Amino acid sequence: MSAVIDHGHTDHAHGPAKGLMRWVLTTNHKDIGTMYLWFSFAMFLLGGSMAMVIRAELFQPGLQIVQPEFFNQMTTMHGLIMVFGAVMPAFVGLANWMIPLMIGAPDMALPRMNNFSFWLLPAAFGMLVSTLFSEGGGPNFGWTFYAPLSTTYAPESVTFFIFAVHLMGISSIMGAINVVATILNLRAPGMTLMKMPLFVWTWLITAFLLIAVMPVLAGCVTMMLMDIHFGTSFFSAAGGGDPVLFQHVFWFFGHPEVYIMILPAFGAVSSIIPAFARKPLFGYTSMVYATASIAFLSFIVWAHHMFTVGIPLTGELFFMYATMLIAVPTGVKVFNWVSTMWQGSMTFEAPMLFAVAFVILFTIGGFSGLMLAIAPADFQYHDTYFVVAHFHYVLVPGAIFGIFASAYYWLPKWTGHMYDETLAKLHFWMSFIGMNLAFFPMHFVGLAGMPRRIPDYNLQFADFNMVSSVGAFTFGATQFLFLFIVIKCIRGGKPAPAKPWDGAEGLEWTVPSPAPYHTFSTPPDVK
Amino acid sequence: MAQGMSTRQLIQRLLLLVLVMFGFGFALVPIYEVMCQAFGINGKTAGAYQGEQTVDEARQVRVQFLATNAADMVWEFQPLADEVAVHPGAVSEMRFVAFNPTDKPMTAQAIPSVAPSKAAAFFHKTECFCFTQQVLQPGERIEMPVRFIVDRDLPADVRHLTLAYTLFDITARKPPVPVAGR
Amino acid sequence: MSPGATEVSRSVFDLHMTIFWICVVIGVVVFGVMFWSMLIHRRASGQQPAHFHESTTVEILWTIVPLVILVVMAIPATKTLIDIYDTSESELDIQITGYQWKWHYKYLGQDVEFFSNLATPSAQIHNKTAKDEHYLLEVDQPLVIPVGTKVRFLVTAADVIHSWWVPALAVKKDAIPGFVNESWTRIDTPGIYRGQCTELCGKDHGFMPVVVEVKSKEDFSKWLAERKQAALAEKELTSKVWTLDELVARGEKAYQTNCASCHQPTGEGLPPMFPPLKGSKIATGPAAGHIGIVVNGKAGTAMAAFGKQLSEVDIAAIITYERNAWGNKVGDMVTPKDIVAFKKAQE
Repeated sequence: MSAVIDHGHTDHAHGPAKGLMRWVLTTNHKDIGTMYLWFSFAMFLLGGSMAMVIRAELFQPGLQIVQPEFFNQMTTMHGLIMVFGAVMPAFVGLANWMIPLMIGAPDMALPRMNNFSFWLLPAAFGMLVSTLFSEGGGPNFGWTFYAPLSTTYAPESVTFFIFAVHLMGISSIMGAINVVATILNLRAPGMTLMKMPLFVWTWLITAFLLIAVMPVLAGCVTMMLMDIHFGTSFFSAAGGGDPVLFQHVFWFFGHPEVYIMILPAFGAVSSIIPAFARKPLFGYTSMVYATASIAFLSFIVWAHHMFTVGIPLTGELFFMYATMLIAVPTGVKVFNWVSTMWQGSMTFEAPMLFAVAFVILFTIGGFSGLMLAIAPADFQYHDTYFVVAHFHYVLVPGAIFGIFASAYYWLPKWTGHMYDETLAKLHFWMSFIGMNLAFFPMHFVGLAGMPRRIPDYNLQFADFNMVSSVGAFTFGATQFLFLFIVIKCIRGGKPAPAKPWDGAEGLEWTVPSPAPYHTFSTPPDVK
Repeated sequence: MAQGMSTRQLIQRLLLLVLVMFGFGFALVPIYEVMCQAFGINGKTAGAYQGEQTVDEARQVRVQFLATNAADMVWEFQPLADEVAVHPGAVSEMRFVAFNPTDKPMTAQAIPSVAPSKAAAFFHKTECFCFTQQVLQPGERIEMPVRFIVDRDLPADVRHLTLAYTLFDITARKPPVPVAGR
Repeated sequence: MSPGATEVSRSVFDLHMTIFWICVVIGVVVFGVMFWSMLIHRRASGQQPAHFHESTTVEILWTIVPLVILVVMAIPATKTLIDIYDTSESELDIQITGYQWKWHYKYLGQDVEFFSNLATPSAQIHNKTAKDEHYLLEVDQPLVIPVGTKVRFLVTAADVIHSWWVPALAVKKDAIPGFVNESWTRIDTPGIYRGQCTELCGKDHGFMPVVVEVKSKEDFSKWLAERKQAALAEKELTSKVWTLDELVARGEKAYQTNCASCHQPTGEGLPPMFPPLKGSKIATGPAAGHIGIVVNGKAGTAMAAFGKQLSEVDIAAIITYERNAWGNKVGDMVTPKDIVAFKKAQE
């Protein structure tokens, strides 16, 4: 019953320690995975409530609810919390729970470090969120924190922001090292690399991306810190530095970061679609290679976020072509998923619904991404709501739907109960409608010329913004339904068999549901 | 078990990779500097002139001068002329006037930038007030020279160059020494 | 997106529509197959799953075909991009400088320069009066350029990064402090084109619109001459004898344009970043200190040196207004001559 989070109450399972200290000191991958998942959900609601403030202010033109200064803090915090607090920890949580189960390992390779990397996160986000209440306000320079707005012109709280980013970075790096060590060294006998489930593969690649770019982000904020407090001029033109350099360093981290948030979802969906199509995944090998090429390409496309800063023509062309190339491996993935469904024997339970929506909506986000890659056209899209629509299409139905799909898919394994399918379907449809209502109109206002990160707008954008806000409120409110479904599932429900999905494949379904506190103490035999 | 190396070795390598990438973040600074110099990214001007020291009389290029103050900079700052016509290969000079209207000594730093960026790599300054910081006493007015050569290899389609300076107040960072002059 | 008003903006628009339709076609095909499969290949309709799981031919095919499509897209994109980068042979050069939160335009070699501020009244923003059609897209002084002329923009910034964007021209260039970026346009038809700052630049990022007014070549020359005249007339105002009421009236207007976004129309500011003026030591203390901070700014804060940005008349009017508004009752008056004298004294 390791997924139960009733602090301090007794627990009938044998194995874990009793009481609160179980959670504080645990080195069990399932406990830590559970904590990651709950933490990420809490951050999802917090970041989401900030999105609600933003959408409420944008419901109508004019300034009604918040002042521009606070609005900027909301957009900044929404971005930071969703990226670093909701999506990334959710995937680390899934990795903690599922990777040992999928590769037949007894636990993660470095259990004590695992505990530490989790507990850094509440500290980091506690500090980050507390800056909102400081004099001068919290970070207000956007989640991309471009210098000099985030250095010379930043509120005092920027120092705490930098420290929080350092903590998150350390946490992610330790998490990633743990994942790599687990996957490379703890696989059960016979589990060769090319037999690993795709979720494990995509996480292995993600972990390498994290190890490669989180230190660059750390370097970036360290340079900011030195500029602010120690009189250096990395990013300050006045001292011979260069504000554009900041953007290069940031996006060198930032673009791989985007894939860090989507690759694990690719992996999860690649397990879920075959399970519900009752047909093996089409093109396993090409999926692995496609993931690796996406990861590689992510290192050479960063300047497509900076087409308007005045890069020389040749640079602009290079980054345009490189970016367009990403469409190829991504296309391969989409075609593989569709072919997996083709001539299957499909049923549409909640995980499958979310996975299918993932494929469709992520592809739409991919199309707008392709459009954004075309440099001359990007001059018209850049920093408008079209970009906001684009990245919400790849992140909400991409990362978030991927997480929902995974959660429904593995909830029976975690809790030992089946979730309420009717409510879950309701959750899906409400999320699906709300999400499209919220983000689809943003394409139109963006193309009509509405810049992003503005608290007020011209009347021509009013109707679509109102629709967006209604959609956002729907989507936001629906997530409480998810909370209810999960709690209901933990507390009871139809007992789940070891393998609740008849088409599912993988070692995780060979252990009973709920998964015992200790699994695979003796490694299983993999054919 | 696919046992390539022990967990300990693996972690050591991964940590090394982390350190290398952290260093790489900082290494991007000089790398970027070199790239800028080489390709004129962001209007960073080229280094010393190494081309042929002969003047291309047949060709004329307009060089335009801009002087901009950062928002909190109170000095008066402008070029003596808006633009000059120069021959590639020839050394030209332009003087900028700076005046400190306040009652305090102040330090300033001028930051140059050349447009179009593809021409920046062909613009060489042999002497420039932007190489050093300027200290002006209260009410002091000076003329500051910049000497430059436009490269003979300047792409043929560039007939028009802009040299822009932005003047920043760095008094807080580099307090002026109470002795007048530099 | 609209085709816009220039050759470049039209080719960008065509490019946009081309890629859009290519995406639509790919989408229809892929989603078509997918939906077909979802409708037919269900367990509910008794479908037995097939077992195929790879096909090298198909996989190679769907790697090559997208590549070809990408090349087809890249060709027109490259052409347009090369066009956009060709800033040579301009007939008029304008320096655009981004400030928090306004634009400054300087006609190079013409001795004409001015700031362009948001002109939408704050009553509209705060929902006290009905909003105009051009709500938030109206400025006090638009950038005026002649029709059919290649105009080169030199874009830079004085504080943080801004970005100058007019959709109808398909020109978007980041304004970066310390660096100058280039862009150009040639507009075919006279008219008024509107845009906004598109790089987050702080509190009033949403309130610094761009308005470009395109006039015929004759009207433009006339306008330019008038501007030069007006600048002279402004200088004469400096020596005019002002009354307190006149100065306060002018000062109120100038305050709303230049000061109210930080210090607020009520003079209460937004502490701690933007201190209140109502009852402040500076605004009710000796005039010299008040003039000093407005003219020279305050280093290390957001308070800019307005001595460089505004005329002596406006500075005098604003200071007089601040000393006699919102219950500040100093009762004295600072004249344009005082400002001139102050600046002289600094020399």
